[in-house]
Amino acid sequence: MISFKSISLALAISTAAFTGAMAAEEHAPTPPRQEWTFGGFFGKYDRAQLQRGFKVYREVCQACHSLNLLRFGNLHDAGGPQFSEAQVKALAAEYQIKDFNDKGEAIERPGRASDRFPKLFVNADAAAAVHGVAPPDLSVIAKARSYSRGFPLFLLDMVPGFAYQEHGVDYIVALLNGYTKKGEDHWNEFFPGHQIAMPKPLSDGQVEYPDNAPKTVQQYSHDVAAFLMWAAEPKLEERKKTGFNALIFLAIFAGLLYFTKKRIWKDAH
Amino acid sequence: MSGPSTYVPKSALGRWFESRLPIAGLIHGSFIAYPTPRNLNYWWTFGGILSFMLVAQIVTGIVLTMHYTPHVDLAFASVESIMRDVNWGWFLRYAHSNGASMFFVAVYIHMFRGVYYGSYKAPREVLWILGVIIYLLMMATGFLGYTLPWGQMSFWGATVITNFFTAIPLVGDAITTWLWGGYSVGNPTLNRFFALHYLLPFMIAGVVVLHVWALHVVGQNNPDGIEIKNVNRDAVAFTPYATIKDSFALVCFLILYAWFVFQVPNYLGHADNYIEANPLSTPAHIVPEWYYLPFYAILRAIPSKLGGVIAMFGSIAILAFLPWLDTSRVRSGKYRPMFKIFFWAFILCCLGLGYLGSMPAEGGYVIAARLLTTYYFGFFIIILPLLGIFETPKPVPASIADAVLARNGGAAAQPAE
Repeated sequence: MISFKSISLALAISTAAFTGAMAAEEHAPTPPRQEWTFGGFFGKYDRAQLQRGFKVYREVCQACHSLNLLRFGNLHDAGGPQFSEAQVKALAAEYQIKDFNDKGEAIERPGRASDRFPKLFVNADAAAAVHGVAPPDLSVIAKARSYSRGFPLFLLDMVPGFAYQEHGVDYIVALLNGYTKKGEDHWNEFFPGHQIAMPKPLSDGQVEYPDNAPKTVQQYSHDVAAFLMWAAEPKLEERKKTGFNALIFLAIFAGLLYFTKKRIWKDAH
Repeated sequence: MSGPSTYVPKSALGRWFESRLPIAGLIHGSFIAYPTPRNLNYWWTFGGILSFMLVAQIVTGIVLTMHYTPHVDLAFASVESIMRDVNWGWFLRYAHSNGASMFFVAVYIHMFRGVYYGSYKAPREVLWILGVIIYLLMMATGFLGYTLPWGQMSFWGATVITNFFTAIPLVGDAITTWLWGGYSVGNPTLNRFFALHYLLPFMIAGVVVLHVWALHVVGQNNPDGIEIKNVNRDAVAFTPYATIKDSFALVCFLILYAWFVFQVPNYLGHADNYIEANPLSTPAHIVPEWYYLPFYAILRAIPSKLGGVIAMFGSIAILAFLPWLDTSRVRSGKYRPMFKIFFWAFILCCLGLGYLGSMPAEGGYVIAARLLTTYYFGFFIIILPLLGIFETPKPVPASIADAVLARNGGAAAQPAE
């Protein structure tokens, strides 16, 4: 007698037998999971962390990596690092922005809050000529990097209570701490293939912090990863807050409709 | 089912207008007085949910269009500018990209419901085929839309899919060049994809009108697969009964939708699509959107390129022949003990193919995909035709009212209204 069980079992076993052998291959270590204030249902960025992270970006990453999609003024926006307007103005003025004067001549002028972070190179080829490989722009890098959690964990990542969206930042932290072979500056435990063009960028004590956060690579990597998450998803706080209200509204609405439906159908069953 | 309208407007102006253009009567006949089987379960609420999703996609899509730039150098940045600089832009974009996924979630449930309850059987063949056409248009629209942000997966997905056409003997290359508007996916491709992505949803809306029209001619199928015999005993009026039930189901569905939009908006996407398209750098694995994965697995399961493309399109085209492949006299799977088993195995088979479509096409994955592809086609070509001959169906109730009575343990069913 054919049964659902036997057919599905046969299908499942044959699928598992063939795919199981594959799982062992291609094994890059899984980035350790970090604690983030912006994870979870009510997630919010930690302002002090974003401000420290920006300092790390500016003093270290910016040497090679641009942040093209952001404007200086974004640093003042609600839901971000929220530097004061005066701080942002002063910061923008430190950058030289390519522009044209009213005679149409190319000039460089001090930046304004409405300017975007300048490109570091005219194009990718120019960047590659200097660095060997063009260093990627970091504006959305926290969403552009991920790692596979494999079956069945990836299914859990969308489930309320277990939802996990921080693959990118966890990977960035792992990468920045992944230069674990002494003397090999281009070997990284978490980079696919392990040979990374970027030499170890961070070392302890490299960046001064205004608060008393530890000046360690661990701390730097966390702070800059959080900053990059904000750069990639500047509306995260607004989104989660709106979502909470929307879900509450929908849940109540669904409840009311359920009882109305019961009432209407009472005599029809 | 819906004969000449008995609708009489209350006001003099209404009567004047109705005798010149009976649109109010059409609406009344289709969404108020329309008799719906009283035994429908919640799987029948997805038609309404799909209509909502189509409207939601068109509305969010039109507003996104106002801020989007279809140019290879500007598209990626314009999408990011929507996310950053446009008021509520993040919401519009996430609602639209996740809306596409929700649209497909709903359509897959709608289709599997149709298969399980035999909704494609006479007299509903044309209704079913119109549905297959809508599904095909949806697949095309989804694919075109995924190209527009011009990320790595957009570009390479478009390259892989358009390359299918090179498999056509003799004229394949010429056709592909014509589709691309050049010798590779480039700016002309992006422009025409954008134009078509804007056009197709309105074609879908047109076919949806035909789909609903056909539905209202033949009437809804139902879980027991028996036609309405006595409108008073077997049916309830669309309003308020179906309206309130569909509304409740829709809001429950919106909770799921909202969860994705607000809490896990990038879960269903691919991280590589946040890297701007680069024709010189191929991603390690090119993966389409999740709703194409089973067909992608079928494509790669066949060792020849042309064969794979034929199998992939065939796996969708075969749906149109379902009304004639299923030979059983009994409509609903509820009364078909053997069909039930093969049906649930078919669901597992589709899920399995979906998983394999997301994995690299090598070694064991390919062998597993071949096995499941065989079952996929076997289900339509061998199992369904033979089941009608060898299966002994369970007795079917005489009427919908009898089926409802039997389920309620003999409680008297009140005639509606």
